[in-house]
Amino acid sequence: MLLSPYPTLGERIRITLLWLWCGLVILFLLVPILIPVPLSFNSGAFFIFPLEGLSTRWYEVVLGTQRWQSAIGNSLIVAFGTTMIATTLGTLTAIALSDEKFPGRRIVMPLLLSPLIVPVVITAVGSYLFYARVGLASTYAGIILAHTALASPFVVVTVGASLTGFDRNLMRAAAISGARPLTAFLRVMLPLILPGVLSGAAFAFVTSFDEVVVVQFLASAGQRTMPLEMFIGLREKLSPAITAAATLMMALSIVLLIVANLLARRGQGRSAKGN
Amino acid sequence: MSALQPSELDRPALARGRSAADTDQKSVSAALRRAEFGDRLRTLALAAPLLLLLALSFGIPIVLLLSRAVYDPTIANALPRTSQALGDWNGQGQPDDAAFTALAADLRDNQAKGTGYELAKALNARLPGARSQVLKTVRQLEGGGDKPPLEVMKSVPFWSAPGTWPAIANGTHSITSFYLLSALDLRWNADGSLERVPPEQAIFLQVFLRTFFVAAAVTLATLLLGFPLAYLISSVPKGLAAILIVAVLLPFWTSILVRTAAWTVLLQKFGLVNDLLLWLGFASERLDLMYSRIGLIIAMTHIQLPFTLLPIYSVMRTIAPSQMKAAYSLGAMPFTAFRRVYLPQVFPGVMAGCLLTFILCLGYYITPALIGGASDQLISNFIANYVNVELNWEMAAALSFILLVFTLALFGIFARILGLDRLKMV
Repeated sequence: MLLSPYPTLGERIRITLLWLWCGLVILFLLVPILIPVPLSFNSGAFFIFPLEGLSTRWYEVVLGTQRWQSAIGNSLIVAFGTTMIATTLGTLTAIALSDEKFPGRRIVMPLLLSPLIVPVVITAVGSYLFYARVGLASTYAGIILAHTALASPFVVVTVGASLTGFDRNLMRAAAISGARPLTAFLRVMLPLILPGVLSGAAFAFVTSFDEVVVVQFLASAGQRTMPLEMFIGLREKLSPAITAAATLMMALSIVLLIVANLLARRGQGRSAKGN
Repeated sequence: MSALQPSELDRPALARGRSAADTDQKSVSAALRRAEFGDRLRTLALAAPLLLLLALSFGIPIVLLLSRAVYDPTIANALPRTSQALGDWNGQGQPDDAAFTALAADLRDNQAKGTGYELAKALNARLPGARSQVLKTVRQLEGGGDKPPLEVMKSVPFWSAPGTWPAIANGTHSITSFYLLSALDLRWNADGSLERVPPEQAIFLQVFLRTFFVAAAVTLATLLLGFPLAYLISSVPKGLAAILIVAVLLPFWTSILVRTAAWTVLLQKFGLVNDLLLWLGFASERLDLMYSRIGLIIAMTHIQLPFTLLPIYSVMRTIAPSQMKAAYSLGAMPFTAFRRVYLPQVFPGVMAGCLLTFILCLGYYITPALIGGASDQLISNFIANYVNVELNWEMAAALSFILLVFTLALFGIFARILGLDRLKMV
């Protein structure tokens, strides 16, 4: 609790100032991300308040023109591909790492997390250099591979967290009851860690869907994703269509990440109960 | 194993028993080892697909890029005769005429093979102005008719200028420190010692210092804004804390690009920030916040604030409020209690948040590219520029190398003193 039972004047002043300062900080945090929303429904072509009138014309641009439609399509192709690979391989790796018999965890874990630490421009430029040599530049496969490196750490960490509460004896019990390893995984382990897996998948999807730097280096003109189209638009000419695209992207990431966090919490809660 | 321990009474039986138990124990532990080895292999096999994929899609590209910083065979491949002729040159003064003749022959060869421009560009990176001189000399060699190549070479003053031949000789070594040193505005002196490049050629130290300055400014700003808010969230009732945390997480979950886009809208000359400054009377006219250092720092502070705040908050919520009460009841003034009881405990969280933000700021690319002006571009933007515009992979690789060394060193410190677990957000 902030205030003591018999607050002094100094204490009251300090607490008031704290609330005031924090109120301003929260405005600073929230106003910038909320600003594109009303602007995207503005009927005028400028970014100036007060708004001229309500309209969905900029959403019609984003959802209706060929350029943006193909960008949304590309984003979905890349994000789904990344999610599939990162979730499958990340889950397997998390299961391996959660086993105390796994050799060299102290070396493997930092290596797995390194794509999050290496500045993304270095990853992008390096991928461009290597993928061009092996014929992966300007291919969906190349972009998906590079995105998998960026997204898989999230899956390993989330699934790993849901596995900390998983009782390995359940797998032994399944084996004793005659289940083959794959059956035991599908019928015993997977249902219990599913919230963690789905949460990891959502993180992977958002990571890929929001990524712009790697795409900038690897994508051909026909493979531009939604964030890349936004980046190019911001560099060339500021159009309110960008605020509509920004609002759509923000809504998607926030919804997915809320789901991801609820699932992750539920996964840990359930395994903890099982413990 | 204790069941195998024989009784101590019967000595001979004990001896027999021990040897039998020993062989038993050996075979059992060998079998155990085999089984455990198999288990280890199995867990490794589960992780192998991702590890292989990461090695291919991430590891090899980075190693390949970094190798470009120290390995550049362009000049060595293009000038085989010259490399040979320079083999026994001591590096002092001018090499003998054979080297001039060899260079002339190599230049004509490259022109004929169509690699003349590539060579001119590679030489130009080491010898400013070499590009035009190479192209000019080649024209004279081709069109000179009966003039001997040696005479043509001697007639172009550039080839006899001091510094030209040491640079060429340096370039004929494929393994080179040239680009890494250039990335730090250093070069080899004629007498073999390191020196600063002349001020008109020095660019990178300034860019590194600028990157560090922006990172430090953003870190400090996020701490000033984030610490009090983290404190407030950790001390209000649960329900209210949950609402406040959502206010931190919403921007955290929005992509950097979207937040940067929002700030480009806000920072316009007729944007909301300028409206606010005018209304509050902090400014008498509209400021140019877009393409400025201050605009960049404001936007980066907004993006990084949750990264600083969340590790601090995760430590603060573990500290029992009774500790501060105990300090008060023992007669400590509020500030003393804060400094001596509270601060030492939250310090690891503060370190984690600040280090994380500082490390992430070093690699910023999108926000400086869209909000910073020409003099606010950070090191990542220079790397991208060397690849996209200058097509100078070696320089891009050298800058990446140094940026990566800084990043990994700071991250090593982070992992060492704070542990990898502190990376978890909420």
